[in-house]
Amino acid sequence: MSSVTGVSVTDETPDSDGRDPLPGDNASTGRLGDRLFGGAARGAGIVVVALVTLIGVFLLVQAVPSLADNHENFLTSQKWDVSDADNLGFGIARLLWVTVISSVLAMLIAVPLGVCIALFITHYAPRVLAKPAAILVDLLAAVPSIVYGLWGAIVVGQYFEPVQSFFIAALGWIPLFEDTGASAASTIAFVSVVLAIMILPIVTALSREVFAQTPTAHKEAALALGATKWEMIRTAVLPFGRPGVISAAMLGLGRALGETIAVMFIVSSLPDGAPWSWSIFNGGETFASKIANNAGEFDSPSKTGAYISAGLVLFVLTFVVNAIARIVIERRKAFTE
Amino acid sequence: MAKRIDVSDLNVYYGDFKAVEGVSMTVEPRSVTAFIGPSGCGKSTFLRTLNRMHEVIPGGRVEGKVMLDDQDLYAADVDPVGVRRTVGMVFQRPNPFPTMSIRDNVVAGLRLNGVKSKKALDEVAEKSLRGANLWNEVKDRLDKPGAGLSGGQQQRLCIARAIAVEPQVLLMDEPCSALDPISTLAIEDLINQLKETYTIVIVTHNMQQAARVSDRTAFFNLAETGKPGRLIEMDDTATIFNNPNEKATEDYISGRFG
Ligand SMILES: Nc1ncnc2c1ncn2[C@@H]1O[C@H](COP(=O)(O)OP(=O)(O)OP(=O)(O)O)[C@@H](O)[C@H]1O
Ligand SMILES: [Mg+2]
Repeated sequence: MSSVTGVSVTDETPDSDGRDPLPGDNASTGRLGDRLFGGAARGAGIVVVALVTLIGVFLLVQAVPSLADNHENFLTSQKWDVSDADNLGFGIARLLWVTVISSVLAMLIAVPLGVCIALFITHYAPRVLAKPAAILVDLLAAVPSIVYGLWGAIVVGQYFEPVQSFFIAALGWIPLFEDTGASAASTIAFVSVVLAIMILPIVTALSREVFAQTPTAHKEAALALGATKWEMIRTAVLPFGRPGVISAAMLGLGRALGETIAVMFIVSSLPDGAPWSWSIFNGGETFASKIANNAGEFDSPSKTGAYISAGLVLFVLTFVVNAIARIVIERRKAFTE
Repeated sequence: MAKRIDVSDLNVYYGDFKAVEGVSMTVEPRSVTAFIGPSGCGKSTFLRTLNRMHEVIPGGRVEGKVMLDDQDLYAADVDPVGVRRTVGMVFQRPNPFPTMSIRDNVVAGLRLNGVKSKKALDEVAEKSLRGANLWNEVKDRLDKPGAGLSGGQQQRLCIARAIAVEPQVLLMDEPCSALDPISTLAIEDLINQLKETYTIVIVTHNMQQAARVSDRTAFFNLAETGKPGRLIEMDDTATIFNNPNEKATEDYISGRFG
């Protein structure tokens, strides 16, 4: 990749997707192939946009009547009582908290770990090891989430008890780490660990890609100043990769927010009317697990509407997070060109 | 401050490929030494062995000896990181750190050395930028990104960054090849000033430049592609350009080459 003159390949060839297509791309000869393919591509684009719009509209249409009948405050209420279709009372405060805190925790675990693995693969591992390590991490992405759920709940959960006791003993006075008596294998904290493993491949793969793209010129600039390997990574590789890592974190977050099966399997839901707790060593439900847990209740439009309202919030949440990730990626492109 | 470099019988390899063979030379302190020769003859490769930068290329290794005054650069107990702190390098393409401000670029090396005091860093930044003839152009925008400067300014920024750590020797690999004639002259003036303090080695494809800035000139050549490059002759610049010993040197300089 590098020549001794210090001009790297990445310097010479801007990545193809960072550029506008050639103007000639729009030229059409009007031949059959051109028209067919152009039409197919345009059609596919329209279908995708239409799908997203339709899903949004569907959610909204179904949710609005129930939201109108709701006698609790949808955003701030902790209650979720939809047993009486004529007297709905539901709020998402708990769901929102559990969803956000479990995903954010998962991200806080997965991002540093993923960045370290990516650095190891790109800069420390000998060639023979780098490739298998990368493949292994990618394989984690192929494991179905039901398997993660089972494995977490049945195999790993029991070993989480000492970790939980340690945190409660050391930091129990902080509401976030309060002891609630929940068993370690069924808490938000534990599912965050499992979610972290699930999003690790995304974070690692994206970070690996940006780290590997660090221009040789920047790395050599640091080394020629007498930087050690780690100092070179700090001065050249990490600043260059930062936007990529941020967007990787956002994509991982989006994935964790919507994860259903693993959360359902691991986190025990709380009884109605349980006192509010900020603790991560507690049970609870996320948007996704709440909806899935109660799929049996969808027997009247108004009840269903309540769950769909929750789904709508999740939709918006993941949409925003992914949009932020996209914006950061776009910015990075402008910057590397 | 400046040190003498003594190279004896140096071979450089990339993996199994021998890129440079049997180079012996002495580079005098407080002087400018120019390396000239056709493309691919191993000038950059050899230059990099003077601060062990060839080791960052997979497979890069040397046989032979390089002495910096009385220190053997390749002795078993010598840390390449330490060598690069004493022997600085400026590259062909200006390569300021893109995410850093102009000031941070200049003091990047000092930060690596653990200097923290803002006052000390600011002083060095000013001194080095003045040393690189860049201070007047950037003093009002030290906090702006280094990548926002013109190519010539960026190259002087890189020189400022290299001299900020006060090296003994400064290696420059075609530092002007990406620059316009005016920026080139600015850098040549700078080299003339810097040689009061540093030992300077410069690779260049520009004969006039070699003639203008250097005291000594070394001509490298290779028999044919795939064969290792060799040092053909090294002498005072005036001698090399007016009255070289070897026919190959004369042919190359007068443009009757290949
Ligand atoms: N990273 C590398 N890996 C393997 N071989 C290399 C590498 N870089 C250079 N070489 C080879 O080493 C030889 C010397 O190259 P070098 O870049 O030192 O020449 P140069 O004299 O600096 O040329 P130029 O004037 O074009 O910069 C060439 O044959 C080149 O192909
Ligand atoms: Mg070269």
